[in-house]
Amino acid sequence: MTTAANTQPPARRRDDARDDVVLEARDVTKHFEVRSKQGTRVVRAVEGVDLQLHRGEIVAMVGESGSGKTTVARMLSLYYPVTSGEILLQGRPVKSVWGKAAKDYYAQVQLLFQDPFASLNSLKSIRHILGRAVKIHQPRLGKREVEQKVLGLLEKVALLPAEQYIDKFPHELSGGQRQRIVIARALAVEPQVMLGDEPISMLDVSIRLDVLNLLTRLRDEDGVALLYITHDIASARYIADRINVMYAGEMVEGGPSESVIHTPQHPYTRLLLDSSPNPDRGIESDQGSLFDEVGDLGEPPSLIEPPRGCRFNPRCPFAMEICTTDKPERTEVSPGHWARCHLHTVGGAEQLRAERIQFGVPVEQVEAELAAVTGDDEPHADVETSTVALESQTTDRIGGPQP
Amino acid sequence: MFEGFLRNRRVQTGLAIFGFFVFVAVFGDLLLKLVGFGPLDVDYDALHTPPGHGGHLLGTTISGQDVLAQLISGARGSMAVGTLSALLAIGLGALIGVSSGFFGGIYDTIMNGITNVFMTMPSFALTLIAAGYISAAGGPGSNAMGWALMAFLIGIFEWPGMARYLRAQTLTLRGRDWAMATKLLGESRWRMVFSEVFPHLLGIVSATFLRAIMAGILAEAGLNFLGVSTGGVISWGTMITNAQTQGALTLGWWWWFITPGLAIAFIGTAAALVNFGLDEVTNPKLRTGNTRAVNKFNKAQRKAAAVAD
Ligand SMILES: Nc1ncnc2c1ncn2[C@@H]1O[C@H](COP(=O)(O)OP(=O)(O)OP(=O)(O)O)[C@@H](O)[C@H]1O
Ligand code: SF4
Ligand SMILES: [Mg+2]
Repeated sequence: MTTAANTQPPARRRDDARDDVVLEARDVTKHFEVRSKQGTRVVRAVEGVDLQLHRGEIVAMVGESGSGKTTVARMLSLYYPVTSGEILLQGRPVKSVWGKAAKDYYAQVQLLFQDPFASLNSLKSIRHILGRAVKIHQPRLGKREVEQKVLGLLEKVALLPAEQYIDKFPHELSGGQRQRIVIARALAVEPQVMLGDEPISMLDVSIRLDVLNLLTRLRDEDGVALLYITHDIASARYIADRINVMYAGEMVEGGPSESVIHTPQHPYTRLLLDSSPNPDRGIESDQGSLFDEVGDLGEPPSLIEPPRGCRFNPRCPFAMEICTTDKPERTEVSPGHWARCHLHTVGGAEQLRAERIQFGVPVEQVEAELAAVTGDDEPHADVETSTVALESQTTDRIGGPQP
Repeated sequence: MFEGFLRNRRVQTGLAIFGFFVFVAVFGDLLLKLVGFGPLDVDYDALHTPPGHGGHLLGTTISGQDVLAQLISGARGSMAVGTLSALLAIGLGALIGVSSGFFGGIYDTIMNGITNVFMTMPSFALTLIAAGYISAAGGPGSNAMGWALMAFLIGIFEWPGMARYLRAQTLTLRGRDWAMATKLLGESRWRMVFSEVFPHLLGIVSATFLRAIMAGILAEAGLNFLGVSTGGVISWGTMITNAQTQGALTLGWWWWFITPGLAIAFIGTAAALVNFGLDEVTNPKLRTGNTRAVNKFNKAQRKAAAVAD
């Protein structure tokens, strides 16, 4: 059931759903200790992240690989304990991650997994997988009632006719169908919040839109709050009411989707938008392609020894003296739209509105390096395409490449 | 994983041999009726006769007992000791291995320590010493012990390998997305272990179980031969021991000890064949793989390389 590409963004969240925060992260930090030959080292995977999820709202968290998105989702699902900071459900801090308290928490907060092939137990039928999810939180239900619920869930995620799917095993289903089961399993507990960790990135391009539309329907019909984690700012724009941008473990910008897309207030968001071949293209393109190009635009920093000051400064075309010494504070630019960048405190934010910004190193240099590595003079095929994208961005140079 | 195990040619041969003896053990009573003699019936007309005389297909012992009948009933005794010891070994191994892999932490550290200690002990020698000590403690002149006790002694030293393997498997299963998903549904830990994770280990557990039965049979025979006998039950081990103590070897009554010896050798072969298969499945380094699949993969790779050029 493939819907024709619908480029019209679905309706925004309802107004009556405004100010009830369901799940909130306050200043959460996660440090991983990794043991290596050099001794114990600390990976500062996530630092000082604030996040609010409102009822009936989809919030996107966008960032490149390794920026800490999964870590945030796992902290929110209590899978990783926080190093510091607080997680609040319905305004109450979550203390225990064991026993009844955890069960109560999971009755309201559910995680959607990225890989639909790995997140279902291959030995269990759909009846068992969904049935257990129902039964854990409603132990008093009889066999019949559980079956009714399971059928209802299958209908809800549009696996029809439900009777045909209930006794199947995961290996008999396609990726998209499995992801629907994953969503149905999360829905089985009737949660207030769903945390979607790149829920469509491993699906076939043709069914991504279906799944996204299913998620927006859950928001609109059931008032579920959804955290939508993605690489792809275009799909974030399509589905989300608000967009937050993560960079190297920190949240650097956040605000209403259209505002973030049209007037990005952080250079990294600009980079994401610029390197997204066409932010208006819908979500049909392959997510991976987005960041293939960023390789030419600089590498994400080490999280073991992150850069001092603003973590983006090694890649930032506007980096100033202060950026290498002081951490930028959160500045509200317009109502609900904030960013963490010295351009807003020191001045110079108007540069972000420039038509073209050049990130990273000049195209010629990338080409030369690649030729040196591969040993042939012909630029590599996919470098060529990214070069085209780069050239269109660099005609009007504003910031020079960073030393 | 388990399907691959059952498709392995060696494993199939081993299982066929083993299955034959299981059949003999299970239908022993019926087979004995066919033979016409009970294992302890004494035929005074045919003392230590070679095979084929007086209706004794495999000859008789010094006291005129039918060797074939003893062999059949011995299959039962051996199988019983082997199965009980295997149950114990697998039960302990699975319990300790799966739980320490799943729960981790201090519990895991302690259990892992115990496993390693047991692993490094010379198990057969220890079984022999313990068995010798227990049967000696049974009173003067008594050198026999119950078959259940024997099974216990064999099994208690056999679980560590199993525990270690299952611990490693459980660790990887626990980290899978679906295991995380069940945890995040609020599923209880015991249900997770038994209902979600353990079924993935069933194949390997049953394969190891077969191996453990055969190892138990061999250990029992060995112990009997070394003088720790199982009282009251006829097994292949007791047959050989009796033959030896009553001079069958020197007097040339080969049919009395060769036949149980052959039965044991067959079980040993079956065990080795199953072991090969099991190692191939559990130890990826030894996996030769399905040749057809490997060829197909190589071809695809070459093709991809050609396209890339
Ligand atoms: N269990 C762990 N132990 C040590 N380091 C970890 C652990 N989990 C994540 N990290 C590190 O934390 C950082 C953030 O990882 P995370 O998986 O949250 O990124 P992500 O944004 O989800 O990336 P992706 O888009 O690739 O999924 C990475 O540098 C990663 O190496
Ligand atoms: S704070 Fe400085 S380095 Fe960081 S993004 Fe803003 S201008 Fe660039
Ligand atoms: Mg991730």
